[in-house]
Amino acid sequence: MTTSTTPTPRVDFGALPPASARQVIGLVAKRELQTRLKSKAFRIATLVSVLILVALAIIAKLVSGSSSSVVTVGVTPATTTLGQQLVAAAKTVDATVHTQTVPDDATGRAEVRSGKLDGLLVGDGNSVSVVVKTDVDSDMQSALQVLAGEVALNQQITSLGGNPATVGAAIAGAKVAVDPLEPPPAKPQSQQIALGIIAGILIYISLMMSGQLVAQGVVEEKSSRVVELLLATVRPWQLMAGKVLGIGLVGLTQVLIIGLSGVAVGFATGSLSIPASVAASTIVWLLAWFVLGFSAYALAFAAVGALVSRQEDVASTVTPVLMFLVIGYVLGVSILPSSPHSPFMAVLSMIPLFAPTMMPMRIAMTGVPAWQLAIALAGMIVVIPLLVWLSGRIYRNAVVRSGARVRLSDAWRPA
Amino acid sequence: MATALEFDKITKRYGRVVAVEDLTFDVPAGQIFGFVGSNGAGKTTTMRIALGVLAADAGEVRWNSRAIDLDTRRQIGYMPEERGLYPRMHVADQLVYLARLHGMSTAAAKRSVDIWTERLGVAERRDDDVQKLSLGNQQRVQLAAALVYDPAILVLDEPFSGLDPVAVDVMSGVLREKADQGVPVVFSSHQLDLVQRLCDRVGIVQRGRMVANGTVDELRSSGPEVLVVEAPDARPGWAAGIPGVTVRGQSGNRTHLELAPGVDDQSVLRAALATGPVHEFGRRRPSLTDLFRHIVSSDPANGHNGQSVSHPTPPFDDTTTAVAAHQGV
Repeated sequence: MTTSTTPTPRVDFGALPPASARQVIGLVAKRELQTRLKSKAFRIATLVSVLILVALAIIAKLVSGSSSSVVTVGVTPATTTLGQQLVAAAKTVDATVHTQTVPDDATGRAEVRSGKLDGLLVGDGNSVSVVVKTDVDSDMQSALQVLAGEVALNQQITSLGGNPATVGAAIAGAKVAVDPLEPPPAKPQSQQIALGIIAGILIYISLMMSGQLVAQGVVEEKSSRVVELLLATVRPWQLMAGKVLGIGLVGLTQVLIIGLSGVAVGFATGSLSIPASVAASTIVWLLAWFVLGFSAYALAFAAVGALVSRQEDVASTVTPVLMFLVIGYVLGVSILPSSPHSPFMAVLSMIPLFAPTMMPMRIAMTGVPAWQLAIALAGMIVVIPLLVWLSGRIYRNAVVRSGARVRLSDAWRPA
Repeated sequence: MATALEFDKITKRYGRVVAVEDLTFDVPAGQIFGFVGSNGAGKTTTMRIALGVLAADAGEVRWNSRAIDLDTRRQIGYMPEERGLYPRMHVADQLVYLARLHGMSTAAAKRSVDIWTERLGVAERRDDDVQKLSLGNQQRVQLAAALVYDPAILVLDEPFSGLDPVAVDVMSGVLREKADQGVPVVFSSHQLDLVQRLCDRVGIVQRGRMVANGTVDELRSSGPEVLVVEAPDARPGWAAGIPGVTVRGQSGNRTHLELAPGVDDQSVLRAALATGPVHEFGRRRPSLTDLFRHIVSSDPANGHNGQSVSHPTPPFDDTTTAVAAHQGV
């Protein structure tokens, strides 16, 4: 400390205009935003989430890639026609077969032995006979089976005096007329189910993490007693609102980064082949439900956080609130993939407590009727102002009572 | 009483426990008021009520004859008893944030933070997290937090605890300077010698009530004089038998005595001389510490020395008291 007594300039206090509520909330939110975005924990958590998504997409690609492997089959001049038929037959069993012409039988066998070819069609072209190194690949086996059937059929048709090409065209043109009595429920593709589960996980984790951040932030201010300094100049609801807003923006940023990078990686690796519009609407709804769900849950987390004074007590005080998040998520991921049209889930997903976790999953998996969406949204819009009032009151009364855990009944009355 | 911070009949109860009762005092602009009392006497509660952190059950805190509201509170520089800062936030960011919340522009806040961190000796720690600072430095930052927005009122709970002597001097200088600018300053402290030196007025709170309130001189002259006798050869208890004399303390060779009204101090001197040489014999005014100890010890709730409740004049009771009395300014 300098011991000089240079007088510090005295600002005329009348010159300081009172900070407006919006300014105060903005300042509080900005501090939360800056502190969190700067923190290593936030950066690492986001990076790890993105890396996990990338890894998942790559693994999915590898797994699906190996099941539809590309098979290269050699053909001799005598079996060239058979080779063309094999390529067509492979398509009917979802396998990909390339052919490669070899000058003669012996060269082909040598290439099969060396592994350059997966198989070699041999013979005179009237029967299907293949040379392989050790074993026939299962996809090639199916394709060959279809090919052998076709060859046999064509020979029979020819021997009966018919034209195999005409028969083939007739078979290809035959269609079943289907006349449904009711429009079929949209059956989700496996990719949409996966997308729904990922949306569920993402919103659950981000709501849980941001909610806990709010509770921890409230307790941090309480345990460090900085709240006493703040409340001398800021109204409790402004402090709470700023905190919820700031941490909400942090969470939103995180969801956006993870969601977008997940979809980008999915499309880039080809493991995601749903229409881009479905992906876009999933992300938009995910963000919308995050905003609504976070607003509701963060307010509740702030109120219960204000009841305790030590970080160690945060886990126990947030448990009741957390339970609703967990229930919504667990029911969602365990029931929706197998029965996406369950009426039970439809009803639950319209209740404000569960809507934030369940709706994004339903939207991604099957889409949701507009009226159900409207009920869920209306519920949230009613519940959030109620929570603002309720949590605001609990927060205001509890946040200055340090020491032992404050009972809810005590928090109802002013300190 | 126009420009003054007034506490008018403040009462606060927690269930059946009375934290503060009918507490009334005022701090005129430009004066330093020392708030003294044992732990749990109600000092912190009173300050928290002034800051609106707690709501009083009855009574009112006024500034310039108007009840304090949020707009007035924004002009109070407040230092909570326990440090109230974000542990994981840079010193400068934190101070700018607090100044902004109090209505300062960013530019003015930054200027003010530079000035005060320099003045309080934490300038080179501006870009460190608060939790990395020593407790003493955190305390300096805490004081800076109460001063950066140039408050019109200062309410400081234990501002001197944990400070080194140099920091105490700077802090005292700052408080005096603020008072000279017309700011009423209220602070609580257990360092009574400091309070005695620094404060214009002192209030002693005991169990939620103001039991003494006045200038340091008024308070000190309200207490009885102490007779200090230094008789190196005297055995303990040498003065116990003298009629009208109560032994209030013993420090080294010095015995501190209190005389009932009308008792001749020369009879004490004769008794002292009977034990051997007497190196010192003198009357002292009680120090603030003496007064405070008297008030605490005469409270029946404190158990010890209960008989002195009925004592007509304030007694004294222990060795530190005596030393302080002897050194009394």
